[in-house]
Amino acid sequence: MAYLEIKGVGKSYRRNATGASADSARLAVLSDINLAIDENEFVCIVGRSGSGKTTLISLIAGLLEPDAGEILLEGKRISGPGPDRGVVFQNYSLLPWMNVFENVYLAVDAVAPHLAEAAKRQRAEHYINLVNLSAAMKKVPRELSGGMRQRVAVARGLAMDPKVLLMDEPFSALDALTRGTLQEELARIWMETQKTVVMITNDIDEAILLADSIYTLTSGPGATLGPAVRVQTPHPRSRAQLIDEPSYQRVRRETVNVLMAGRTSSAVDSAVEKKLLH
Amino acid sequence: MEKRLDAATMILPMFGIGLVLMIWTALSLKVAPDLPSPLRTWQESQNYILNPFFKDGEMNQGILRFAFLSLIRVAKGFLLAIAIGTPLGFLLGLSANFHRAFDPVIQVLRPISPLAWLPLGLVIFKQSEPAALFTIALCAMWPTVINTAMGVRSISSEYLNVGRVLKLSPLKKLSKIMIPATLPYMFTGYRLSLGMAWLVIVAAEMLTGSPGLGGFLWQEYNSLVYSHILLSVISIGLIGFALDRLMSVVERRFKTA
Repeated sequence: MAYLEIKGVGKSYRRNATGASADSARLAVLSDINLAIDENEFVCIVGRSGSGKTTLISLIAGLLEPDAGEILLEGKRISGPGPDRGVVFQNYSLLPWMNVFENVYLAVDAVAPHLAEAAKRQRAEHYINLVNLSAAMKKVPRELSGGMRQRVAVARGLAMDPKVLLMDEPFSALDALTRGTLQEELARIWMETQKTVVMITNDIDEAILLADSIYTLTSGPGATLGPAVRVQTPHPRSRAQLIDEPSYQRVRRETVNVLMAGRTSSAVDSAVEKKLLH
Repeated sequence: MEKRLDAATMILPMFGIGLVLMIWTALSLKVAPDLPSPLRTWQESQNYILNPFFKDGEMNQGILRFAFLSLIRVAKGFLLAIAIGTPLGFLLGLSANFHRAFDPVIQVLRPISPLAWLPLGLVIFKQSEPAALFTIALCAMWPTVINTAMGVRSISSEYLNVGRVLKLSPLKKLSKIMIPATLPYMFTGYRLSLGMAWLVIVAAEMLTGSPGLGGFLWQEYNSLVYSHILLSVISIGLIGFALDRLMSVVERRFKTA
C-alpha cells in the first residue's frame, strides 16, 4: 500500500458567472485524480497556471474538502488540515509580526507542545541552520529577500517534522539564480531528512532535478493527472550532469508531450507554454 | 526619513495663521464688538498661560491644570471606550450572525450626539462624573468597534491557513495570528476614538459644569469674560492636535509588513 494515496478525487467550484444553466453551475477544476506516493519519495506535479495545481495541494493539505474520492495518508483518510502534512505556500505566508526564529518556533511549539522549552528552541534553531539562515534569526520577514523568506517557510515546514511536506510552487516567485541555489539546497535537505515531498511546479527542469516521479496535470477545467514519468538518475543530481545525460532529454520530451496532449485551445497560457517548450 | 525645511514649509503655515488672526481682528473691530481682539484676548488670558499651574478655586485655574483635568476625564472615557469597543469589534468581525444581530443597533446608536446621551447618563447615574464618562465612552467607542471589526474581517487567509495547518488552539490563534494581524486597524480605530473623546469632553463638561477646559469655557461665557472662551477654544484645538499626532506615531509603530 502506498504511503500517500489519492483516490478518484474531484473538486469543483461554484461558477459565479451569470447565465450558466443550472446543471453547469459548478465548474469542475479537478476530476478523477489518482496518485500513489511511496514513503521518502519526491514527487513533482507539473502543470500550467490555472490548471488546478494549488487546488490539488490544498486538498492534500486538507485546507479544501474534495467533492469526490478520498485522500489517505498511511491508510487513514484525511479530513481537515493537520501538522502531519507540512505546507510551504507559494507566497511564503510568514507572519510579518514575528522574526525568523519566532515563525519557526511557532510551528515547533504547535506540533510538540510537550517538549521542554530548551528542546523546542533547539529544534527551531536546527531547522533554521539547515536552510542557512542562522545569521538572520532575529530578522523580521520584511527585512529578508524573497529567497530568504522562502527558506524560512521551508524551515517552518520541516520543523513540523511532517509525514509529508507539501510545496506549492515554492520557488516560482524568485529570480533564476536564487531559484537554482534553493533547488540545490532543497535537494540536499531532502537527502538529509528523507521526507516524503509533493511539490507543485511549472518548471520542468526543476522537476527533473529534484523528483523521483513527475506527474503532469492536464489543463483544466476538469484537469486530471497524466501518467508518471520516472526520473532514474540517482541523487544527488547536478544541473550540469543532467544536461549531458541522454535520459534527461527523454524525460523532458515525455513530460512536455504529456502536457501538450492534454491541452485545450481555450486554456492555453502562452507565456507558460513558451517557458515549457523553451 | 529626511525632513525638508525649505522656505515654503516654514512661511506658508505662518501666512495661514496670520490670515486667520487678521480676519479675527477685523471681525472684532467691525462686525462683533463683543468679540475680543487677538490682542485683548492675550492681555486678559496671559495669567492663565504664563502661570499655567496656578489654582485659585475650582473654576479658576491655570490652563494646563484645566487641560490636565480634562485629559484625565478623556483618558478614563477613552479607556472605557476601547475596553468595550475592541472585544465588540472582534465579535462583529468574527461572527456573521453576531454582525447581523448587532450591526443595525450600532448603526442607529452611532450618529447620536453627546448632547443627547448626557441627560440620559445623568438620569442613569444621578452624578455628573459617571454621566460624563458614560457619554464619552458611548460616543468614542464606534470608530474602535468598526475598525476592529473591519480588521478582523480582512485578516489574510494566508495567515489563517498557517494557523489551520499548525492546528493552533483557539487561544494561540487569537494571540499569535488574529490580534497581531488586526492591530494596525485597531490603532487606527483608537486614534479616531481618542479624537472623538476629545470632541465630546467639551460638551460633557459644559453640561455638567465639571472643572476642565470645557467647564471653564462655559463658566466664562456665563461670566461674560469672552476672551477666556477664545483661550479655551485655542487650547482645546492645540491639545486635540497634539493627541492626534501622538496617536498616529503609535499607530505607525504597529504597521507591519
